[in-house]
Amino acid sequence: MKLVTNGATMRFGGLVAVSALNLEVDKSEIVGLIGPNGAGKTTAFNMITGVYEPTEGRVVFEGRDITGTKPHRITEAGIARTFQNIRLFSTMSVLENVLVGSTVREKANWINSVLGTPGYRRNAKEAREFAMELLADTGLADNAGEQATSLPYGKQRRLEIARALASRPSLLLLDEPAAGMNPQESIELMEFIHQIRERFDLSILLIEHHMQVVMGVCSRMYVLDYGVMIAHGTPGEIRRDPKVIEAYLGVD
Amino acid sequence: MKTRDTLLTLIALAVFVLLLGLADRTMGNYAMRILNLSAIYIVLALSLNLVNGFTGLFSLGCAGFMAVGAYVSALLTMSPDAKEMNFFLEPLTPWLQHLTLPFGIALIAGGVCAAIAGLIIGIPVLRLKDDYLAIATLGFGEIIRVIITNYQGLTNGAQGLKSIPKYSTTWVVWGVALLTILFMSRLVRSSYGRQLKAVRDDEIAAEAMGVNVFRVKVASFTISSFMAGVGGAMLGHMITTIDPKMFSFMLTFNILLIVVLGGNGSISGSVIASIGVTVLMEAMRFLDEPLNFLFVKTDGLPGLRMVVFSALLMIVVLFRQRGLMGDRELSWERLAKAGLLPRSKKGGLA
Repeated sequence: MKLVTNGATMRFGGLVAVSALNLEVDKSEIVGLIGPNGAGKTTAFNMITGVYEPTEGRVVFEGRDITGTKPHRITEAGIARTFQNIRLFSTMSVLENVLVGSTVREKANWINSVLGTPGYRRNAKEAREFAMELLADTGLADNAGEQATSLPYGKQRRLEIARALASRPSLLLLDEPAAGMNPQESIELMEFIHQIRERFDLSILLIEHHMQVVMGVCSRMYVLDYGVMIAHGTPGEIRRDPKVIEAYLGVD
Repeated sequence: MKTRDTLLTLIALAVFVLLLGLADRTMGNYAMRILNLSAIYIVLALSLNLVNGFTGLFSLGCAGFMAVGAYVSALLTMSPDAKEMNFFLEPLTPWLQHLTLPFGIALIAGGVCAAIAGLIIGIPVLRLKDDYLAIATLGFGEIIRVIITNYQGLTNGAQGLKSIPKYSTTWVVWGVALLTILFMSRLVRSSYGRQLKAVRDDEIAAEAMGVNVFRVKVASFTISSFMAGVGGAMLGHMITTIDPKMFSFMLTFNILLIVVLGGNGSISGSVIASIGVTVLMEAMRFLDEPLNFLFVKTDGLPGLRMVVFSALLMIVVLFRQRGLMGDRELSWERLAKAGLLPRSKKGGLA
């Protein structure tokens, strides 16, 4: 198993945002996490990436307990993420944004950076080449020098993915990658997700509202409602599950 | 085009050094003092810009770290006689009484002690953000000053230190200023500099990209404190007298003013503003003296200089909200684009 959460629970005061979440992502699998607004999906992501420390339960990544580990350590271990509300570095160019992503693989400190030691230069050169490759893969190569926030919305989303990939993760968490995209763009995104999984040998966990995207891309999915997992299974099973239909459509 | 730019930089540097040497020989003491003061302000402004502009930490503790640097270095360079003369209320701690070190070592020691102070203050304080951080650093800056005022046996308290050797020559201060500019421009363009900017732009995203946010903040704060300490040390060895009152919040404010005027996050902006503000402050001294504008005559309004200066500041802030340079840098490429250099076939990265 790539990632396992074992009864991961997140409480904020009296509110239980996520309750005893048991989630598994296997190697090279694409798993979906769906649910209505406020169901606790992003909170689950925040527990996995170390933004929050779960109040109860454990998070295990590649057999290692990472509960309560600092976010940058978790990135180092091989989990990268994107954000629901895009968080690009606004004063930097597209290329620089991706270069920040390779921070964990570069081992740059302020001394070797200023001195420009051979080791630092080699790492910096490799990082730059890899970043350009990623930009080419995500169709952003022509925008490399532009300011990140000047890109159109869809490209900003792709840039976030490119930046996450720069840390060379083995598990990628995508938080609503198709948000704000039109149907055509969503279809392209599905293809893109499949491509990067093959190319970078990734496992992917994604939160999504576009049913078309989730159903099309995921092999399995989990459904959260009010912090509780109400169903899991293949897209076909989920579609027929009465509890899921109730949560999404309401029942008289 | 890279070779062209390197060449131009070297030529500019050579011309500058030549002019500096010329100025040192021909210009009077007063003019040289202003010129050298600008060099010290460059170091101080860059120190504050590293933290405020590049790392996005609103810190106001600058004067405190300068005080540490100034006192440490002064105590290390003063002769035993001078120390005896100064410490008449309470004798100086014996081991320091007979210690006299070369200026270079004292300068570094001043910086290192300021950096240690920065590290000790930074670790608890840098957990705060924005205005809270500003208030906390301001408080710690004042605490340093109060400690200096009350530690009679080490700092001579409120009397301050007098007859510090005048070691801050033109070559020393400008050498350090150029070194600081070089250090900063290399740091900011490196991948470590990118980490600083990432923390400034979006802490949460930076953390998720694997940047050790807290450590980066502490490192930036400590490096900045080192630079402030060196700046303070040079200031002390230029004015030759220091006392705790000198390192009050007003000093931090002056430096902050330079950084904001020049552009938060611009090295060249800080350099230009340091020189501009220092020179203007002196050049406008005539305003404090009796004036005669045909119809209106004044017989000396002390402080008019500051009024005009504040008005100038307001004008700059109104028309260029982000300072003279914003967060951009002056580069040969930019100059070439502005038509100030002979056109090259294709502009390269500076």
